[in-house]
Amino acid sequence: MCTYVTETLAVTGSAKGPDGWMRVTDATVYFDHPAHALADHTLNIDVRRPADGPGARVAVELTADAARELAHAILRVLDDPAVASLY
Amino acid sequence: MYDATLAETVYFPGHDGDLLEAYSARPLDGAPRGGVVVIHHLPGYDRETKEFVRRFAVMGFNAVCPNLYTRIAPGASYDDAAAAARAQGGVPDDQVVGDVDGAMNWLRALSNSNGKVATIGHCSGGRHSFLASTHLDLAAAIVCYGGLIVGETPPQLPSMVPLVDRSPLVRCPILGLFGNDDQFPTPAQVDELEKTLQSNGKDVEFHRYDGAGHAFFGPDRPAYRVEAALDGWVRIRTFLDKHLAG
Repeated sequence: MCTYVTETLAVTGSAKGPDGWMRVTDATVYFDHPAHALADHTLNIDVRRPADGPGARVAVELTADAARELAHAILRVLDDPAVASLY
Repeated sequence: MYDATLAETVYFPGHDGDLLEAYSARPLDGAPRGGVVVIHHLPGYDRETKEFVRRFAVMGFNAVCPNLYTRIAPGASYDDAAAAARAQGGVPDDQVVGDVDGAMNWLRALSNSNGKVATIGHCSGGRHSFLASTHLDLAAAIVCYGGLIVGETPPQLPSMVPLVDRSPLVRCPILGLFGNDDQFPTPAQVDELEKTLQSNGKDVEFHRYDGAGHAFFGPDRPAYRVEAALDGWVRIRTFLDKHLAG
């Protein structure tokens, strides 16, 4: 289906988009039909800078398993004692 | 036999008179034609939806798909526009109705129009096609696995209310095409919608396909089911030939 399960959040950081690096301010996470991935539904993440227009985004479409692995990997890195003291 | 068609981007006023981008395809032989408004799904005004538009023209109808995200992201690529629309919570129902009304008026103003217009939508577009049938003087409406006609409002989008209670307001015959493996809508929700329309005396024709789930019409997706899609296209053509004749 076209799911409406969507999370939006403010983010701080940078991403490399169609015109190079940009400071990003927003992110959207949702599960829906992909534009490109070979799957019926994917976990989609848009990291965006809407002030520069709708094209200012980095998009990924991952299978549910891949997205879960990525999420766990992110948390493992952030929770590593060698890293946790740095933020 | 002269079988030329024209496919092009066009512009017309939609809800509140806002200028909309739209994609149209239509036969050029000059014979009177019914019209079809194709309503794109939440992921946007994409290539596959435009292919549907061209297919309707080849079938002998004037067809047009308004870009429901024109206001949010004018000139953006369809996927960027869809991402921006999602981040804003989608588009409100009343705006969609106004945009479909604009598309209907544009079709009726064509020199070869016979005055009759139908809607079709897949997925969230199926919900919007049903919604349009409760507001506009359509000749027919087609719902392909429209979710959230029956069901619960998602907390992220409080405006996305179920529509089944509006069944008494439906103004035209409804063709529904559903996969029995779909969860959005579930077979039970499809049954409830059909029963509610029938109990309100509406002209309703539902077809259900075993071995098919959501998005079975999409040839570029793993969900494509050739038997269901081919039979579905026959049902669509028969339904439109019947209700758009004249």
